[in-house]
Amino acid sequence: MVVARKEKTAGPVGQSVLRNDVLEKATGAAVYTDDIQFGPGLLFARVKRSPVPHGILKKVDVSKALALPGVKCVVTGKDYPDLMGLYLKDRATFAVDRVRFIGEPVAAVAAVTEEIAEAALDLIELEIEELPAVFDPELGAQKGAPLLHPDLENYVHPNFIFPEPGTNISNHFKIRRGDVEAAWPKCAAIVETKVRVPHIQHVPIETHVAVALADDKGKVTLWSSTQSPFAQRAMLAKTFHVPESDMRVIATYVGGGFGCKAGVTMEAIPIALALKVKGHPVKFRLTREEEFYTNFVRQGLILNLKVGCDKDGNLLAMENTMYWDGGAYTEYGVNVTRAGGYSSTGPFDIPNVKTDSICVYTNHPSGGPYRGFGMSELHTGLLQVMDMLAEKIGMDKVEFLKKNVIQGGDTVATGMTMHETGIKECVDKVAAAIDWGKKEAPTAPNKLRGKGIAVMWKAPAMPPNAGSSAIVKMNSDGTLDVSIGGQEIGQGTFTAMAQIAAQTLGMPYDAVRVSGPIDTKYSPYEWQTVASRLTWSMGNAVRLAAQDARQKILNLVAEAWKEDPKDLDIQDGVVISYKSEESIPVKDFVVYGLPKENDQGWIGGPIVGTGSFMPTYVTGLDPETGQGPRAVVHYTTGAQAVDIEIDKETGRLEVLRAAAAFDVGKAINPDLVAGQIEGGFVQGMSSAMFEGAMLENGVWRNPSFVDYRIATTMDVPPKIDAMFVETAQDDGPYGARGVGEHPMVPTIAALANAIKDATGVRITNPPFSAEKIYLALVDAGIVK
Amino acid sequence: MSLHRITLKVNGSTEIVDVPGNWTLLQMLREKLALTGTKNGCASGECGACTVIMNGDAVNSCMVLAAECEGAEIITVEGLSKEGQLDALQKFMIETGGIQCGFCTPGVLLSAKALLMRNPNPSEYDIREALAGNLCRCTGYNRIITAVQKAAAVH
Repeated sequence: MVVARKEKTAGPVGQSVLRNDVLEKATGAAVYTDDIQFGPGLLFARVKRSPVPHGILKKVDVSKALALPGVKCVVTGKDYPDLMGLYLKDRATFAVDRVRFIGEPVAAVAAVTEEIAEAALDLIELEIEELPAVFDPELGAQKGAPLLHPDLENYVHPNFIFPEPGTNISNHFKIRRGDVEAAWPKCAAIVETKVRVPHIQHVPIETHVAVALADDKGKVTLWSSTQSPFAQRAMLAKTFHVPESDMRVIATYVGGGFGCKAGVTMEAIPIALALKVKGHPVKFRLTREEEFYTNFVRQGLILNLKVGCDKDGNLLAMENTMYWDGGAYTEYGVNVTRAGGYSSTGPFDIPNVKTDSICVYTNHPSGGPYRGFGMSELHTGLLQVMDMLAEKIGMDKVEFLKKNVIQGGDTVATGMTMHETGIKECVDKVAAAIDWGKKEAPTAPNKLRGKGIAVMWKAPAMPPNAGSSAIVKMNSDGTLDVSIGGQEIGQGTFTAMAQIAAQTLGMPYDAVRVSGPIDTKYSPYEWQTVASRLTWSMGNAVRLAAQDARQKILNLVAEAWKEDPKDLDIQDGVVISYKSEESIPVKDFVVYGLPKENDQGWIGGPIVGTGSFMPTYVTGLDPETGQGPRAVVHYTTGAQAVDIEIDKETGRLEVLRAAAAFDVGKAINPDLVAGQIEGGFVQGMSSAMFEGAMLENGVWRNPSFVDYRIATTMDVPPKIDAMFVETAQDDGPYGARGVGEHPMVPTIAALANAIKDATGVRITNPPFSAEKIYLALVDAGIVK
Repeated sequence: MSLHRITLKVNGSTEIVDVPGNWTLLQMLREKLALTGTKNGCASGECGACTVIMNGDAVNSCMVLAAECEGAEIITVEGLSKEGQLDALQKFMIETGGIQCGFCTPGVLLSAKALLMRNPNPSEYDIREALAGNLCRCTGYNRIITAVQKAAAVH
């Protein structure tokens, strides 16, 4: 008898299941890199750093440091002169013959205690001939500026990075689309402005930690707090001339990343030492102060923007020249510049575009990936200009945004056809959430109240061939292990992957085990945990691996039951036949197989599924015009709106209501999506209100949590309305695309626009500190 | 550095520890007692990740010398659950989504625990103030506040 094919049970995808990592984290059992015990053979590393922003390194004398009892070894740039870098190989482990920022590693010491290693640093003598320095990227880009990298022409880079040897420009990305010059006379309104976005720091609560051990054959094991175990393996293997398979990276839970634990920052240093003291693990842990000024920073940006529209508000042209303060080494930062370039219009349909996105070497800390990868900085300028344009032609800002936001089928400025996206719906949702258009009364007579809105987009920024892989192993107790190479950095990826595997296989969510550490020796390859790409890319690999395991299970049972696999299904861990109504729990045969009839042997064996995913459809772009069929895999879009108040007596900004909505394609776990949206909003708000590196002649003046304040419990609005829409992504698992970075991208602009609405004063450059707002109100004559 | 022998109670258990005079309570917990749930985020009393309860008060363990802990009673995150039963704060931090990367979580839990020990019925403002010294870069804080409110309700 044929039974009716039942509607598949709902399954865990789309459900807010509890995270699978939080019991460990709530009890103190979760292991982070600094928690691993290495026994009494452990040595401690400290680093001698450049005290000047730019100079010729004439001498590094380590003899006195080596003689200090307890010091086991000292290494310098002479020991390891090889250059490394993710996109442009411009950085050595230690300065070799030139220093380029204050804090640059010059030498490192390994000793039996951290105190002795620190004391040894004072015994290292440096002789440096100071050179004129570059602190402003716009000036640094000019011919005649002091040159930081005279060897730029020899640096290795992929074909989508365009350095200009003989200058400080390490990448110059261009878009030339339509004819901006011809468009300006047709504009009814043009806004031209310069916006400066300061450097900020990621400040994960866990600072960088890495422990290296080399064996007597020179095989290296690195335990590191990283978003990128596989990228570290590849880069560090090359740097130290070790085969990739002999460079093993083990990565436990990460105490916050936000981009700064991607690629390689400080992890080469303990390896450089460990190779000289084989058999001794060497631990290097950044102090909070080092975390501020030697870790990747979010680059400062100077945006020169000119945007015009017709009298009906239709955008006609944009000219966007961005000078990125790339810092001393731009090995990773060059790709931030590229991403800022190809996404430089923001989520708008603009027919005439001229973009120059220029990465400039300066004698500041090195720039690198920061949650949003250039998009927060770009949108800070662009979405204020849109606000100004709407004001100029007298149009409602929500109406102006909805008129111009990009839609499925539109052509992106790089020539790619935009996929379907729900950005208009996002705008409607956030506008409704804060009662857009309704003038609210201030809560006190000394306050000014206003509202602001901004939209955003962001694509995963990565090499075109960044891949993912996954392995599903079935267990005889009804569980399964999903092995992945992507990192749990707080975003909940272990949980999302368990949901995807469970849904695809037909197993209960609780049966799926996903756990760290990620170990390059045993975990399947993953490019990096960056770019909001895991849910999408690794999710595809996990789905394929689960499908593979599922098919093997169905084929085995079909063979045993002499049925067609098409008539079989797996529901809640049980294989069922719609035809014969037979059933058997998966756990009964996925390891030990099934017996043939009459004791004639067995069929099957341990079931393992594998899956790989790599986008194969991202194309190159023309170096002069930035045009090509498909610059990126896809864009996640969204909107944010805020209702704020300014205290006229203090200048203090308070966010009363905040709303955010993003088109996530499919929310694999709605509660985790909301968690990203809330946390991202607060990180964006913190950067808007408080954060900025105070760099003075290359000296970081505020490298502590006292002087570099981040948002606390006292600063956040009581409720952040986190919403999403779901326009399925055709290349995503269950239609999903990423949303990890996006929530902080529009926040600075939304707040700047709200400040303007509340006070009538436009303050373009963050941070919008109480002092800055108060002084602007005084200048405008609003307060006396 | 000469060693000091100190006797103290950690999570209800009496410990005798020999520590150098310049060591902090944080170092002693992590490196002598292997209680690595207590985290080091700044070592200068600014981030709250190392918060533990000492004689009933929340303290930054990086700012307390181990030698000062003679006779003290310390509670760390490892001491919050009893015989496998989670403390209400742990339970609600899990359920409300107050944990992402988890690095600030132990400090948050102990600051909140100290608050509930001295004030079983805190207002939302009381909770925000008690946790103002615990920096979190992931969650945006509101789910943490909700978790503490829920824990207070069943306390």
